[in-house]
Amino acid sequence: MTTGTTTVEVRQLSPGASAIEISGDVTAASEGPLMDAYASASATGAKVIILDFGGLDYMNSGGIGLLVTLLVRVQRQGQRLMAVALSEHYRQILALTRLDEAIAIHATAADALAAAGV
Amino acid sequence: MSKNTTATDGAAPPEAPAAPPRSSAANWSKPVDRLAVGAVPTRAMNLNVEGRRLVGPVQGFGQLWQKRYRVRLEGADASPEQVISTWKGEFGTFWPKGNSFYGPITGIAPGDVALLNLAAPGGQTLSTGVLVIYADDESFTFMTPEGHMFAAWITFSAFLDDLAPVVQIEVLLRANDPLYEVSMALFGHRQENAFWMATLHNLAARFNVDATATLEQTCVDRRRQWKNAKNIRHNAAIRSTFWMATHPRRWFRRTGAA
Repeated sequence: MTTGTTTVEVRQLSPGASAIEISGDVTAASEGPLMDAYASASATGAKVIILDFGGLDYMNSGGIGLLVTLLVRVQRQGQRLMAVALSEHYRQILALTRLDEAIAIHATAADALAAAGV
Repeated sequence: MSKNTTATDGAAPPEAPAAPPRSSAANWSKPVDRLAVGAVPTRAMNLNVEGRRLVGPVQGFGQLWQKRYRVRLEGADASPEQVISTWKGEFGTFWPKGNSFYGPITGIAPGDVALLNLAAPGGQTLSTGVLVIYADDESFTFMTPEGHMFAAWITFSAFLDDLAPVVQIEVLLRANDPLYEVSMALFGHRQENAFWMATLHNLAARFNVDATATLEQTCVDRRRQWKNAKNIRHNAAIRSTFWMATHPRRWFRRTGAA
């Protein structure tokens, strides 16, 4: 039986950047919380959205699919999407799916902010 | 700082001990730079897969579509895990006639590469393939290579809904190049939908259920990614047609045509 919870927390890092801190599992069932978090993160006028995967336990292909739909929304708003605190395993998954060509990967939020210049 | 709603897709009873965190490491394919095709039957047209890179929705050209095909196996005596196990083991047998899936005989597992020979208009055959990027007991996901009609992820899954197993195919796709995008508008979407609806109908019949699949589709992104128009250089339909034209004897032998 598939079980799991997704917890997301939004934090404004700078006037131009917000972080969505993801904990638990990311599956297709995570769409609601993730998109709600994105709406909150964007409400401050952020131009950079950072997904912090430091608390991620598990992600299946349904979760990866959500990153694409999130990416479309981000790009539509003229924003940039970045990912930080990925384990080596999930870095490889973003490389396998070639999502890393659209979502910049950094070790920490500070690195991401420096790269984005916000 | 704000905290958003927690989503739960299944909750353990409060008194149950905490389960160890799940790991998806064994469910994902290892990183792949270029695809490698294993042994395939001599009757198969083996083109457009060896040495190709994977392409997903980010690398495609056309509008981004999300499609969900579902069929409910009302009355079937099977769990979602049993349905997926059967589907993995007999995957190609549920496809409409004229379409062939040449995958490992051991079934479908992360990292497997399968060759596809697909019926195309005018009696042609399109040779392409897929890589299994993810598989667990309840789902498996394909990713497509350069030249395939789609830059896509296709997830096959089963779950319980009110005690009955529901089988789902979810496709997140962009047409890979401008030629395919035009084809999709003219007949491709219709053909794609018919293909998967028939597949689900055949799968349901395997469990003695006569049911018609349903479809929900959404254009997630209407913008075309013109920077990826150059994907046409890999177009498997063009390459397959050229191969058949230049290898008529092999093609006739393969199809059994007079």
